[in-house]
Amino acid sequence: MSRPDGVARRTIDGAERLATRGAPVYGEPTDGEWRLWDARRSKLGAMFENGMETGLSDGDAVLYLGAASGTTVSHVADFAGPTYAVEFAARPVRDLLDVARDRERLFPLLKDARKPETYAHVVENELDAIVQDVATRGQARVAAENRRFLADDGRLIAAVKARSEDVTRDPDSVFDSVLSELEETYELLETERLEPFHDDHLAVVARPR
Amino acid sequence: MNDRTPSGAGWFESVDPGNVEGAATGIRDGSAAAPRDWPVQAVEAGFADGEDDYYDRLREATLAATAAAVEEAERADDRQLAHAVRAMDDCERTANELAERVAEWAGTLFDDAGTGVEYARTLAESDPDGPTERRVVDLARRVASLADERDELRTFVQQQASVVAPNLAAMAGPVLSARLIALAGGLGSLAKMPSGTVQVLGAEDALFAHLRGQASSPKHGIIYTHEYVRNTAPDQRGSASRALAGKLTIAARVDHYSGERKPELDDELDDRIASIRSRGGDE
Ligand SMILES: C[S@@+](CC[C@H](N)C(=O)[O-])C[C@H]1O[C@@H](n2cnc3c(N)ncnc32)[C@H](O)[C@@H]1O
Repeated sequence: MSRPDGVARRTIDGAERLATRGAPVYGEPTDGEWRLWDARRSKLGAMFENGMETGLSDGDAVLYLGAASGTTVSHVADFAGPTYAVEFAARPVRDLLDVARDRERLFPLLKDARKPETYAHVVENELDAIVQDVATRGQARVAAENRRFLADDGRLIAAVKARSEDVTRDPDSVFDSVLSELEETYELLETERLEPFHDDHLAVVARPR
Repeated sequence: MNDRTPSGAGWFESVDPGNVEGAATGIRDGSAAAPRDWPVQAVEAGFADGEDDYYDRLREATLAATAAAVEEAERADDRQLAHAVRAMDDCERTANELAERVAEWAGTLFDDAGTGVEYARTLAESDPDGPTERRVVDLARRVASLADERDELRTFVQQQASVVAPNLAAMAGPVLSARLIALAGGLGSLAKMPSGTVQVLGAEDALFAHLRGQASSPKHGIIYTHEYVRNTAPDQRGSASRALAGKLTIAARVDHYSGERKPELDDELDDRIASIRSRGGDE
């Protein structure tokens, strides 16, 4: 599996863990300029921890959908290039602003990921990657709507939460319908469950059709 | 979209490079169907000297735009909640007042006339006979629809309070939370109050009487409606309302400054009240 150089394995608190270089955000332990990337608090962290091929590299231009208070996107901005963070709930964005103030190329946007036209005048085209963690109904549609930002050889890296689509249905059947909808706009490269770090989440790496 | 930014253009279109406020407006109000290579376009348009300069300006503009948008969104939400709970109280008061008038009037026309909003609802369903009865029944219908509106407003308050102030709503209940926010003039003002002020919010008349030396100091204001004050023995109520006000103040601060739900706050309050109630006598 390949990993950006900016995402390293370091011995922190006696165990070998993922880490990035940047200002601490959520009270995570540090080792010099490296700070621990806690896979239990981050689905993208769990994907790296499980050895998935994300296709992410140092300096990538990234659109992050569902940034919340910035836990994961802070690590992305540590190794990536320009990083656009979209989140539609005002409350967590207060913390996201603090995270962005500590980083040179993290651009916070209070926007709705289902309405890309409200930020297409800000986010550039031909991006290397979209990281999506919106935990809301219609996750496949969000990915399809945001396809317009990706370069043809770009990557969609999504964490799909079964319970957000339908709490009553069996997660596997929810994943099946989300994946088949995704396949209308993307070619799936890898899918994997995120246990033991996150229950009932499916990680997906895909590229535009 | 504002009138300066044509739809489809970049956020920096017709913004002077030094004008952060204008740039922030461009970020917030602009739109485009499709993204383009904005860094290159901005340099070509003379907005930025190069890619690095472009990203520096974008950083400044997105931070300013997003901070302003967050502030506006939150201000809007707690104000809306305060209006809703006041409107709910207005509907309630007006419905009761008109129901009294209906009862008095109906008593002169019908043998089986009753009182209150419930009677007005029953009367509203009946067929009036003649112009006088039509007026009474019509008035009863207004009472019924005001009472319905009050119920709708209560449902709205119940949903919104836990969005605006999740910890406060969990501890105080949605309606009392909304009243506290309304009395304080917003969640931000409530969060900045000392807990002694929160304790007597809504008892301003009694407080001023006390300050004029005409009454003893009020032990509680609107928080009296909370089960933890009302259902605590009278000689413990002072301690209970002090403890409740203290925890509600902390909840309002957490809601205003972090917004994160902290269930352990409710547990602390439950424990505190249990220990006050199990103890004999006031502190
Ligand atoms: C599971 S949380 C994300 C956690 C975050 N990715 C992290 O690891 O730090 C999901 C977030 O998606 C946001 N969200 C849901 N629907 C959205 C939408 N349509 N547009 C933008 N954000 C959305 C929610 O408000 C929530 O903050």
